[in-house]
Amino acid sequence: MEATLNWYLTLSAVLFTMGVVGFLFRRNVIVMLMCVELMLNAVNLTLVAFSQSMGDTTGQILVFFVMAVAAAEAAIGLALVIAIFRNKLTIDVTQFNLFKY
Amino acid sequence: MAAQILFFVLATVAIAGALGMLISRNPVNSALWLILNLFCVAGLYLTMNAEFIAVVQVLVYAGAIMVLFLFVIMLLNLAELPNLKRLEWRRVIAFVLGMGLLAMLSFVVASSLDVLPVPQSLEMAAANGSASSLAKALFVEFVLPFEVIGILLLAATIGAVMLSKRKPV
Repeated sequence: MEATLNWYLTLSAVLFTMGVVGFLFRRNVIVMLMCVELMLNAVNLTLVAFSQSMGDTTGQILVFFVMAVAAAEAAIGLALVIAIFRNKLTIDVTQFNLFKY
Repeated sequence: MAAQILFFVLATVAIAGALGMLISRNPVNSALWLILNLFCVAGLYLTMNAEFIAVVQVLVYAGAIMVLFLFVIMLLNLAELPNLKRLEWRRVIAFVLGMGLLAMLSFVVASSLDVLPVPQSLEMAAANGSASSLAKALFVEFVLPFEVIGILLLAATIGAVMLSKRKPV
């Protein structure tokens, strides 16, 4: 028996859920950004699984673009973290309340 | 049978890596666990015969993005965040929402078992995931998005430099 498509989809669902839970669970901004990467990665796994089982290359092209956007997002997000750290000297999200009031 | 065992080993290690990222208190440990997870996902791409995407995954994710994360963690020289004394409702709500999402996603996967596409043969899958077929699609059919993503990366680079630059006082 081959490793079938629905196993990959289930694994991807589990990884995506762990990314979401981590994003809501943690207070460290950098770990939250890592959780976003985990979610993007889970979506990429789904795209590749469908692309390979349907014989369509377009899904893998989309994965390529998702990776480029993830790289851009990581660069901008980490630059924002550095800029905020300079002002507040913490990376605890519960301390970032500039827009709250 | 070998593919099955390989899938289960890689999937278990990938989930363990994600779990380790969630529960380790030190951000550097979190990043290292995530790198383990990314390598396992690259291995899973290989089990699906998508070699090009697997190589790009290791180069871009595990190579470039995670090095950027580790650089920033070490640049900021962070102490671990202190524990909160009171019970955080945020965490309870996060857990409940996460379990709801997992239930929803697995319901979708389980209910669509009979409409999933029939997997194609191994040779076709290998031809589909090879660098040459991807390059053909990328540089013929999707040239414009390819150029646009290059401009996006340039803008992101300039934006990151602008944002993290020290303001002249």
